[in-house]
Amino acid sequence: MDISAFILFWAAIFTSNILLTNFLGMCSYLSVSREIESSFGLGISVIFVLTITTGLNWLVYRYILVPFDIIYLQYIVFIIVIAAFVQLLELIIERYAPALYYTLGIFLPLITVNCAIFGVSLFMVIRNYNFLQSIAYGAGSGIGWLMAIMMLAAIRRKLKEKLVPIGLQGVGISLIITGIMALAFVGFSGIVQVQ
Amino acid sequence: MTKKEIFRISAFKENSVWRQILGICSALAVTNLMVNSLIMGLGVIFALALSCFTISLLRSYTPRSIRMMVQTLIIAAYVIIVDIFLRAYIPVVSKQLGPYVGLIITNCILMGRAEAFASQNKPLDSLIDGLGAGVGYTLVLLVISFIRELFGFGSLFGIKVFGDWWTNWSIMVMAPSAFFILAMFIWVINVKYYKNKA
Repeated sequence: MDISAFILFWAAIFTSNILLTNFLGMCSYLSVSREIESSFGLGISVIFVLTITTGLNWLVYRYILVPFDIIYLQYIVFIIVIAAFVQLLELIIERYAPALYYTLGIFLPLITVNCAIFGVSLFMVIRNYNFLQSIAYGAGSGIGWLMAIMMLAAIRRKLKEKLVPIGLQGVGISLIITGIMALAFVGFSGIVQVQ
Repeated sequence: MTKKEIFRISAFKENSVWRQILGICSALAVTNLMVNSLIMGLGVIFALALSCFTISLLRSYTPRSIRMMVQTLIIAAYVIIVDIFLRAYIPVVSKQLGPYVGLIITNCILMGRAEAFASQNKPLDSLIDGLGAGVGYTLVLLVISFIRELFGFGSLFGIKVFGDWWTNWSIMVMAPSAFFILAMFIWVINVKYYKNKA
């Protein structure tokens, strides 16, 4: 895969947005987007965790799983790395930045089960990225995810006063909005191809 | 509750996708072809039913504090079996599904059923509950992929249904249609069966 890390970073945000084209991280996206503030908090934590765990998982994959020929254990190992990192992060933030802990701390457990984090690690292996590309892809995906959830949260706030058909309230209308957003993002495709 | 009732509730009445809004990621991602959806559904049924069974068997030996980790590892073990099986016997589909097979691990349905049902109920009941939730999930996948493949490729399970006169709707193959169809599907179900309770 010879695509520069810089291009990959922008591609991960726009042309192949982790949520709008790869459908990852939908669960927390739909449930948290009720509030703009919490959407932002979760988004920031996702960027941070995503960037670092993708780097960590790349190192683990390249220097532990491949040399010892235990690639088939990658799912378990990746999950453990992510869970351990999130736990560690929680402890560190609680100890050194209590103020930050009260704003971001509640989102950290949610992140372990966010499929975007795990999905990016898997994409990284399948597409054979190098270390720099992995970090760039992780950071870009995180920013793309933050952007998507912020847009949905902002639109949903406007929707609170609008009349929505009863069966469509809540999740239904969120999915339709997301569909329209995805349609808009299709406009970016073709600029650069990430496969 | 009888076994039949457990199955009915977890498959239809409290269906994971349209009632609890879980497992949306893969419900959207793999549904452009019916074959992929079917294989994915079967994989989820297998992993879900057996991991619920195992989690329930071990429920009294699992300390509460590390419960989540144990559950995740059990689920991951079964998903690895599914992944290796697909790679060995149907490599084409395995390649198309890509990371989404591995992503069954973080599929909220599995964790949801493990937490809500398997960690409190008998092994056999949990197995049936897992089967039910898996069947309900597969059903949704098949309905969505039916629409997407029919209009997007003019075929069903890879067999041409429409003749040469058919122009493929390329939007159906792309991401946005998956969101729209799932939204419509949830809308119809809500209006038809749950009346105002949405």
